[in-house]
Amino acid sequence: MDDAGFHVSEASAGDYLALLKPRVMSLVVFTALVGLVTAQAAINPLIAIFSILVIAVGAGASGALNMWYDADIDAVMTRTVTRPVPAGRVLAGEALVFGIFLSAFSVMALGLIANWLAAGLLAFTIFFYAVIYTMWLKRWTPQNIVIGGAAGAFPPMIGWAAATGQISIESVIQFFIIFLWTPPHFWALALFKSDDYGRAGVPMMPNVAGEASTKRQMFVYAVLTAIVGVLPSVLGQASIVFGVLAAGLGAGFVWYAWKVLRMPESDRKMGPAKALFGYSLVYLFVIFAGLLVDSVLAQFGVPLW
Amino acid sequence: MVSIMADDDGVKLTKAQKSARRSRSLATALALVAFVVIMYVVTIVKLGPDVFIRPL
Repeated sequence: MDDAGFHVSEASAGDYLALLKPRVMSLVVFTALVGLVTAQAAINPLIAIFSILVIAVGAGASGALNMWYDADIDAVMTRTVTRPVPAGRVLAGEALVFGIFLSAFSVMALGLIANWLAAGLLAFTIFFYAVIYTMWLKRWTPQNIVIGGAAGAFPPMIGWAAATGQISIESVIQFFIIFLWTPPHFWALALFKSDDYGRAGVPMMPNVAGEASTKRQMFVYAVLTAIVGVLPSVLGQASIVFGVLAAGLGAGFVWYAWKVLRMPESDRKMGPAKALFGYSLVYLFVIFAGLLVDSVLAQFGVPLW
Repeated sequence: MVSIMADDDGVKLTKAQKSARRSRSLATALALVAFVVIMYVVTIVKLGPDVFIRPL
């Protein structure tokens, strides 16, 4: 604010790009692409590329809405204090307008480019992340990221719907891989960042139910993730080779979760929790890359049993 | 008091504000051009080659 009482923005385009959470966006682009390709539908490649692009914009829009609403929390957490709104480079109102505009734009564009089922799923995902998770669950219940994880799990279903105009058991399995993977992934982070979350007043599971209970729940979700991970092969949607890969990856996930379960509470360095967090990112990337490669090879008639 | 405003009245943007505005303007222009191109291409793809076969 200057003397005249108005604000001249010093936000660069990069600050607005940061509102879109590019790292989350890259995961959305990747999983939506896997959903779109594994659908094995006859879709024009340009329509496919543009669909992925607007899905990414929609995901970014929900990130901007999240940063508008959560600026107070972001300002007291070391991980998020440099984001454009808490750092003062973008006003909260500017982030809100940016988020609403891009949400509406991306949903309309996906409807016109692909189909209205995909657009409807994208709209629901944005609503779920911005309203159900950010405004309601996050500050209210330690189940916040469990239920909110659905928002991050929808992109492969949106990609699949963009290609086929349908929802199917295959895309629902892809949804559940991400959905069940989310709690061990986020709670590993919450374990070694519990001071941050405690200061911000966010009721994460380790702060509310204690570390022992959190570790047990993480282990259960890791086992469930490993089981759902091999379902595409069990149900004949993917090859045996993929099944072996998924089983190995899942065993690794369970192993890392086991190490966290065995981690003594006196261990404040939390090496096992950090290792699980790192491995969880590898797990999700490799299992979806596996689905992608498996599906492409199948389309070219390469036998993988 | 003169009725005509002096030339240096009004908002003076600092260098940082000007370069930030330029960066935002360029990004907005790029996004608009991309939107136009995408919608044009999608329209052609959806109409298909038949768009060129029509009674004049």
